[in-house]
Amino acid sequence: MKELIVRFLIGGFAVSMFSTISDLLKPKTFAGLFGAAPSVALASLGLTVLMQGTATAATEARSMILGAVALFIYASVMSRVMLRFRPPALPVFLSGLLLWLAVAVGLWYVVLGV
Amino acid sequence: MLVSVSTSGLKRAKWYEYVIRFSLGGLVTAGAALLAKKFGPEFGGLFLAFPAILAASATLVEKHERERKQEKGIHGRYRGRFAAGADAAGAAMGSFGLMAFAVLVWKFLPNHSAWIVLPSATLLWALVSGPVWWAWKRDCPYRLKLALLRSSANQSRG
Repeated sequence: MKELIVRFLIGGFAVSMFSTISDLLKPKTFAGLFGAAPSVALASLGLTVLMQGTATAATEARSMILGAVALFIYASVMSRVMLRFRPPALPVFLSGLLLWLAVAVGLWYVVLGV
Repeated sequence: MLVSVSTSGLKRAKWYEYVIRFSLGGLVTAGAALLAKKFGPEFGGLFLAFPAILAASATLVEKHERERKQEKGIHGRYRGRFAAGADAAGAAMGSFGLMAFAVLVWKFLPNHSAWIVLPSATLLWALVSGPVWWAWKRDCPYRLKLALLRSSANQSRG
């Protein structure tokens, strides 16, 4: 439980830091780069190295490559939908998380053969 | 100027928006650790690129842009949604940097200090994402396609 609280605090801090940098930047597409910043990854991998060692963290990073490919597909589809049809953002981005999940788990199944 | 810094975004942000971002970041980090514990690091690692924060930030971008336009007396609903789309386009370009980040950590972490590998991977994220954005801004993919089409047309003529 203590470990989860530490992860929550450090993850929250890392995400807030990158979001604040993003708020300062213009134009929107450049600020948007920070939507794919390694904020959660830095917090998680740093703590995994300290608590479980570098081998476990490297294994997480290998799967993260597939998560990042899914992120590219998710963000591209969201961008295309928003720019073309201009629907309300919240329901579109939230339901799109299922797309990310399907692509990420599908790639994980196919590439890592689990 | 290609990129500029402005504090107007910070002034517009409400305190609860910082709480939402902090909580989401914390929840995703803790959730990824729980999934890694339950299903192994191979599965948990996927969630280090989970886009919950992008969903939150795009929604806030939409809200801020709408408010900004409404203050000027312009109906800002669609302008806000366009801004959220632009934010997501940026994230799609940043995800190339995130892939590079993950590859560097995967390859180098087992044999090098984490205090060198993690900052280097973050620098690599910036060094990949920035030029990808710049190339997109300069319309490089379209220009490349045009040049390839022209060269193949010349070859078939020759």
